[in-house]
Amino acid sequence: MLEEIKVRLETSVPGCSPEIILNGSPSGQHSLLLDSAHAVEAATFLRDDAELRLDYCSNVTGVDWLPTETSPGYLEAVFHLYSMEKKHGPVVLRLRTENRTDRVHLPSLTPVWRSAEFQEREIFDLYGIIFDGHPDLRRILMWDEFEDHPMRKDYVEPDDYEYEPTAHDDVLTKAKQHAIRQPQ
Amino acid sequence: MISMTTPPNQEMHEGLVADGGQDELLEIALGPHHPSTHGVFRMDVVLDGERVVKLKPVFGYLHRNHEKIAESASYLASMPYTDRLDYICSLTNNWAYALAVEKLAGLQVPERAEYIRVITAELTRLVNHTATIGFLTQEMGASGTPLMYAFREREKILDLFESLTGSRMMCNYMRFGGCRVELPAGWLEQTKKVVKDFPRFLDEYEQLLTGNEIFMARAQGVGVLKKDLAINAGITGPMLRASGVNYDIRKVDKYGIYDRFDFKIPLGEHGDVYDRYMVRMLEMRESLKILNQALRDLPQGPIMDPKAKIRGFRPKPGESYGRIEAPKGELGFYLISDGSPNPFRYRVRPPSLINLTVLEDMCRGYSIADTIVIFGTVDIVLGEVDR
Repeated sequence: MLEEIKVRLETSVPGCSPEIILNGSPSGQHSLLLDSAHAVEAATFLRDDAELRLDYCSNVTGVDWLPTETSPGYLEAVFHLYSMEKKHGPVVLRLRTENRTDRVHLPSLTPVWRSAEFQEREIFDLYGIIFDGHPDLRRILMWDEFEDHPMRKDYVEPDDYEYEPTAHDDVLTKAKQHAIRQPQ
Repeated sequence: MISMTTPPNQEMHEGLVADGGQDELLEIALGPHHPSTHGVFRMDVVLDGERVVKLKPVFGYLHRNHEKIAESASYLASMPYTDRLDYICSLTNNWAYALAVEKLAGLQVPERAEYIRVITAELTRLVNHTATIGFLTQEMGASGTPLMYAFREREKILDLFESLTGSRMMCNYMRFGGCRVELPAGWLEQTKKVVKDFPRFLDEYEQLLTGNEIFMARAQGVGVLKKDLAINAGITGPMLRASGVNYDIRKVDKYGIYDRFDFKIPLGEHGDVYDRYMVRMLEMRESLKILNQALRDLPQGPIMDPKAKIRGFRPKPGESYGRIEAPKGELGFYLISDGSPNPFRYRVRPPSLINLTVLEDMCRGYSIADTIVIFGTVDIVLGEVDR
């Protein structure tokens, strides 16, 4: 089915060249990697096409892939689509940022499926992907003054150690590190 | 509002006196401790008199980054933690997580375990819907009686959960490839009795509410959610079906053994508060039908896949998305494995959070009192919204 969708996207959305990402698990849920430039157009096609009618975007989430020797790493947004009308799915879409630091923009699919509204806000909050075209991109779970993105794989907890009279185990380690960083 | 104890000649504090101008809008924060105590949830509303002009939900008061914690623990270690997502329906949370892991690792579930899963999940649905309707009537001002009737019945089912799993609410019962323990002696008979007596309670409850004039006046035509918007905004569960969309994952995916049971999907026509109440009422009757069939057909056999590993469980690299029809809507788990004992990515698709997407659309133009009722029919649990 994914092959078919890929061919239809290539013919219907000019310039769009999706790539199939294989999934090694027994679930067999392979996914379609879209390029950012054509993502909104492709998503609108998937939603409105009479045969596919993927009118329901169920799950939207982020994934953080750390840098390796060959790539600078990237952040990924994953969309799970179903059709309420035709009762089929899931079709998995992926979007990738160029890197994890300064080029973290992706097009927002909230104008296509409103169910992405809060979920994209959550990705922005916890992973730091900036969704262009989102109507109301703010932090959702963390408070507005918070600065980091806690779901990133290399996130370091802030040094918020407070005095503990009988520090032990993890707390003791934390207390020692705190004493090194901020000697009294 | 002037309280009864205020002396009649005392003037009100200046700040409380509105000058009643035409363009006077009032912005207030409802919550985090009021919105009828579903938990710590805040709505920032802009009011024109009593009418809601704008409404922005504010989340995060109960946020503990469940996903991050789960990514630093083994697969099995997160199973008890899923109980704490939607703490009213811990068994369906267990099932959704187990289903996602079973898809990821390719585990088979023995037939008896599938039946037990269906029985516990449908009992959970009864628990959730009775509680939701009880809270809803509470929010309309029917203090006490309907909620206590609902909780009386709920407690009978929680007793069953306690004797099966050891805990009323934090059940932690399902495992990857089956269930944790065998049914205790006499459990089936007790369950059959509860299921047999339940319709009597439903009749009593319906007599109290369904034709009640005050209830109808408060519920009918209030907070209408249109079909197209419901689909586009990813609304699921009873709320979606009240808007007339025939989409129930038990029928669509036929996960577990739901294709073996004969049951119907109740649908609403108007998508208002009354329909959302009625769909839940009817869904309980359908759940009872499923329960009767499952209790009748429950086979003998093992309750765990013999190939399932408890210790040293490491699924092959890959990913899976498993979803079930939880009482509140589509509950999904998205997992990515990198071959290590911990999930590389663990994501909960929370129905409560996503169902709140349309809260503003449903409440705009209604009064504060209606807003509380509309919010009540969304049926959320903050443990799941904030994770």
